[in-house]
This record gives sequence, C-alpha cells and structure tokens, in this order.
Amino acid sequence: MSDQMYREVILDHYKNPRGHGVIEDADAEAEGFNPLCGDEVSIYVSFAEDGETIEDVKFSGRGCAISQAATSMLVDMAKGRKATDLAQMPKDELLEEIGIPLTPIRLKCALLGLGVLKVALHRAKGTPLPQEWAGLDELELK
Amino acid sequence: MAVTARPKLDAQKQRADFPIFNELIHGKPLSFLDSAASSQKPRQVLDAMQHFYETSYANVHRGVYELAERATAGYEGARETVGRFLNAPSPREVVFTRNATEAINVVAYAWGLNNLGPGDVVLVTELEHHSNFVPWQYIAHRTGADFRMLPLDDEGGLRLDALDELAGAGRVKVVAAGMVSNSLGSVNPVEKLAAWAHERGAIMVCDAAQGAPHRVVDVQALGADFVAVTAHKLCGPSGIGALWGRMELLEAMEPFNLGGHMISRVTFEDTSWGEVPAKFEAGTQAIAEAVGFGAAIDYITEVGLDAIEQHEHELAGYGLDRLAELPWVKTYGPPTDRRAGIISFNVDGIHPHDVAQILDGEGVAIRAGHHCCQPLMAKLGVAATNRASFYLYTVTEEIDRLVAGLHKVRKILS
Ligand SMILES: Cc1ncc(COP(=O)(O)O)c(C=O)c1O
Repeated sequence: MSDQMYREVILDHYKNPRGHGVIEDADAEAEGFNPLCGDEVSIYVSFAEDGETIEDVKFSGRGCAISQAATSMLVDMAKGRKATDLAQMPKDELLEEIGIPLTPIRLKCALLGLGVLKVALHRAKGTPLPQEWAGLDELELK
Repeated sequence: MAVTARPKLDAQKQRADFPIFNELIHGKPLSFLDSAASSQKPRQVLDAMQHFYETSYANVHRGVYELAERATAGYEGARETVGRFLNAPSPREVVFTRNATEAINVVAYAWGLNNLGPGDVVLVTELEHHSNFVPWQYIAHRTGADFRMLPLDDEGGLRLDALDELAGAGRVKVVAAGMVSNSLGSVNPVEKLAAWAHERGAIMVCDAAQGAPHRVVDVQALGADFVAVTAHKLCGPSGIGALWGRMELLEAMEPFNLGGHMISRVTFEDTSWGEVPAKFEAGTQAIAEAVGFGAAIDYITEVGLDAIEQHEHELAGYGLDRLAELPWVKTYGPPTDRRAGIISFNVDGIHPHDVAQILDGEGVAIRAGHHCCQPLMAKLGVAATNRASFYLYTVTEEIDRLVAGLHKVRKILS
C-alpha cells in the first residue's frame, strides 16, 4: 500500500514542489485547512490579459506528502487553462493524474488543493461553488 | 519500599488469546500499537458474548420467562462486576452508558444544567480528551459558568500550583480531569485534584477511560464523585461503558435520556422516574455488550492490573530508549516514571499521516492525528503527532518493528 502511495512522481512533487510561493496582488486567492490532520494550503492565481486564462498559479502551505504533492501536480495542470473550465474541473481528473489508491482519509488530503483552487476561482468570478464540493465540508475553506 | 514479588506478565502468552494476531497486514505480522484508541479482544470475551447470545438472550428486566431472567442475570451480573472492579460501594451506583463520552455527558447535562450558573467555575485541564472537554465547555456556556483550564508544565504534567489562583476566579463547582492522558501518557494526580475540589465544595469528575485498562481504579480511594470508563479500551466490546457516581448525587439528578425502563409511573399528565440506576438507562441497553464488558474485566483482572501496569511501564521505557536512538524523532510527555504505555512523537519534517501510512505498509498500526486533544496540540505547537500505545499483549518486537519502520519512513520521505 505505502509503496504504491509514495510512488516516484508523488515523491518528486513532494520534494520539489512546482510553483511554491506567493503571488502578490493575485487575481484570485483562497486558503484551506484540514482540521483532521492540520494540512494547510493557500493558492494564488493570476489571470492573463483576457481575464480568463490562468497565467500563473502558486501555492504555499504545509502538510502531508499527499496534500502537498497533489497541490503541486494541480499547479502544473492549471497553468494555461481557462478559469471557468478549471473551476468546473472534476475531481477525477486530478485523481487520475495522482494515480494512486487513496483511502477515504487520504482522499481529503489529496483534494484539499483542488477545493481551495475552486473556492479561489469561484470567488473571483462571483459564481457559486458547485454542489459536489459540499462533500468537502470537513475542510475549512476560508 | 517493600519488595513484593509481582507475578510478571507474559505478553507472548497473552497474545495467543487474541485471534487478531493471526492476521497478516499487507503480508506482514501485525504490530498493533494503537491500543489507546481501542484494544483488541481476547477469545474469552468473544466467547462470553457468543455464549450469552446462544443460551441466554432476551430483553432484560421485562419478561417473566426463564430466558428473560437469564438475560437479566447476565446484565446485572456485569453491573456487579463493574462495581467490584471500580470498588464501588454499591453496584447500584454503576450506570451503563454507551461509552465514556456518554458517561461524561450524563454528568454534564443531568448534573451540570441544574447546578451551574454565572459566577461558578468549571475547571478542566489542558490535557483533556474532547470527551471531557467539549461537554463541559458547552454546559458552561449554556449556564453562564466560567470555563477554565488548568495549565501544563513543560513535561505535560498538571500545574497544581496554578490551582489556587484559578479558584480566585469564582466558585469552583466542577473539577474534571482525566486519570491518564491519551496523548502524552501522563498519569495525573487525580486524588490531589479530588481533595482540592472537595475542599471547595466542588465535585470531581474523573475520566478513567484511559486509566481503567492499565491500572487499578478505586473510586473510593480516588475520592471522586463521578468516574467514567469505557469497555472497548479494556479488551471489551465497543458500545458500552459505565458511569460510577455517588448515590446521593445520582439520586438528586434529573434523568438524561427519557423513555422506556427509566420510569416509575407514567400518566397522561406526568411521569415519575425509576430508581437509580434505571433512571439513567432509558431504552434497551447493549445487553450482550454488558456481558462482554464483564468478561473483559474478568480477563484483565485475572492477568492482574498491577502486572499490566508494570508491563506497560517497561514497554514505555523500552520505547522511549529506542526512539531516543533516533535524533530525528522528538517525543512528547513526561519521563517514564510518570507515564503510562503511550508515546507521542514526531519525525522531523515529516507529517504524521505519512509516517503512519508508511508504517502501515510494514504491518505497524499507530495513530496519527490530534488524538481528540486539539487544545493540547495547540499548546505543544503541533498540528498532530504520531502515537504508539501499548497493552497487555504488546511485545518489544513490535516496538522494534516500529523503529525499523521509522528508518524506512526517513528513507522514503527525506
Ligand atoms: C482519555 C480519554 N477519555 C475519553 C475517551 C472517550 O472514550 P469513548 O470514545 O469510549 O467514549 C477516550 C478515548 O478515546 C480517551 O482516551
């Protein structure tokens, strides 16, 4: 189990996170916290001229390897995409990319970053958070 | 100190009573180091429950037929066993509950709502499990009482020197403290707290959920007014626990749950309550679980609480020594002489969930998280810790496998 969970690509993202940092004056940002394990993720997004295309994404936070690696992978996936498209991105798209079996508890870790990104985007666009994210109740999305 | 020859516990022999240890976890032998969360069950307890279902099961206290009498005898016999185990003056002072949490809620609601108000102080400790923290915080807020916390020293011991200053804040009405901390393993001076509480006319509520499995709990020597225990941590089934309370307090209290069995007389206009303990046992109780609770007490008493305490003390010492070999591991809590068989620790720079996950792959089960002690975690300045905890079936080889696993954690994640 653990050998599958900590496969090379996860460890790579954990040890060398992509886009770690802060964007000052970000166009969209949000912060989330998983009280169960204390994982914390903040995400910052800047849009291109068109106000739609994701130009840059950065994240900061601390937590388990799964939450941090998943957020790093998400950052890779997000760049260059359209905000409205990303705001609708299904969980499975990220989970496929992560590509490891996750227990329900670790699923929350893996999805923390995506939940935070969605909150940031929907907030910036003034659209409501889709219903399916209600399942993330236990994450305190600030 | 007089040297008494205590019968030593042979954990390897006890292990044979626990079918779970035949299981392989990810193809590896099970190292179960999470007994503080819940203990494993010996065949003796499983058999007692099975036998009860097969020969004696019916609802209790109602039928006039033979089977109902057998069931009632089993259920009430378990109450007597719990009473003896806690050295209760009378088994009638033992109220069956679902668990320790419910036992504390009975006191917080049924005693607290009628006895607390503005100007009163409810005192808990910074170490408390949420079970002995949240109900008091809530009832204090509801009644307008002041909710205060006894602080810890650097080793996780209670700062008794702070008591008198806290008492200055108002009329102390409740002191609620755990006998053994489930996070740090510290053994608390609950007798002293009880004496201090009584000097001020306060009641003492002792959460012995983590004490009773590992050491003798004598409610009379303790001097407490209420004591909460839970069966699943002492080799018994989940779904049952007990509240011991002093009879005059239980008699003066309002009921907690209302419904069948807890009544004396019901009319369209009004209802009068049954006698203690029935007054607190509304509805059909966990009958076979009560029988299992009794069987578990018989089992651990047979092993011997003193022997269990000594065994865990040795394991804690062994575990702390082994972990001290790892400079990248930080342990929390008191030195061995004031510690039960619980060790909380962190691995430098590695989140407890990752530690526990990789250990799981080695068949080593530990707990990672806040252990239902978020106020304590905040005090320690950590979001979570790893926790290894021991019981009468724990062997040093399991601790060795933990240490080997921690090396693997470092290899993978550092
Ligand atoms: C110190 C302490 N108190 C109370 C409890 C609650 O026990 P239960 O969940 O059986 O009510 C626990 C168990 O986690 C505990 O460790």
